[in-house]
Amino acid sequence: MAQELSRTQSRGLTNGEGAQPARSGRVYRPDTDIYEDSDHIVLVIDMPGVASGDVDVTLERRVLTIRGRVHASRPDTYRSIYTEYGEGDFERAFTLSEDIDEGKIEASHKDGVLTLRLPRAERARTRKIEVKAA
Amino acid sequence: MILTSWDRSGWDPFSEMRRLQSEMNRLFDDSAPSHSFPAVNLWQGRDSVAVTAELPGLSSEDIQLSVTEDTLTIAGERRAAADGEHVSWYRRERPEGRFSRTIELPFRVDPNKVEARFTNGVLEIEMHRPEADLPRRIEIRTS
Repeated sequence: MAQELSRTQSRGLTNGEGAQPARSGRVYRPDTDIYEDSDHIVLVIDMPGVASGDVDVTLERRVLTIRGRVHASRPDTYRSIYTEYGEGDFERAFTLSEDIDEGKIEASHKDGVLTLRLPRAERARTRKIEVKAA
Repeated sequence: MILTSWDRSGWDPFSEMRRLQSEMNRLFDDSAPSHSFPAVNLWQGRDSVAVTAELPGLSSEDIQLSVTEDTLTIAGERRAAADGEHVSWYRRERPEGRFSRTIELPFRVDPNKVEARFTNGVLEIEMHRPEADLPRRIEIRTS
């Protein structure tokens, strides 16, 4: 299983308040779905505004860290008049359980959503034992 | 018999619960913007207004936009990441389901002059004021 390691600020009507200051702005904790199907743990992570090239996934000693950089590009001619969500980078970390095959993690990114498929190690999968009729 | 005597005395064991519930609802209503989907930001330009909305996982085909004189409606559906009986969930934070949100604009816009772009899950809609509403510069003649 993937267990959450640390928490950064949740998104919402923040105006950036309470979020951690970083590089040039704020760091937010992306909304994440985690589910398990027959042989994978799947993490689906919302990172609106992040391009595929700006997603960074690292794995170190069973800690999976996900980072996404947002490039806010607002023309100078526009000024903000109402704000419900803050623009900033995303970061979240999870600790993986021992039964994940770390070498075979697949990552894909589309429309601002990062999907990570973590295969369960062969030995950890439930094995079906056939009962032979005597 | 006990029930009818409650009625007569006017004591309602659920009134406190209802009061608490309405207080809770009020609390949530106050923070309603953060629960509305999608979250939006508004930007004003010289003769235009832009709305940006966070809709990760969706693409232009999944969204219906409609613009009247001074409102913008964003509607669509966000499907669950997975479904089926063989799936077990550990965490489910991403909003899903049908949504429709109407945003009041700070001024009248021309419904024929709307541009929408969708990049990396962020929808950007740019709307312009009708030509007739633009502030006009009036020349002062010197006699």
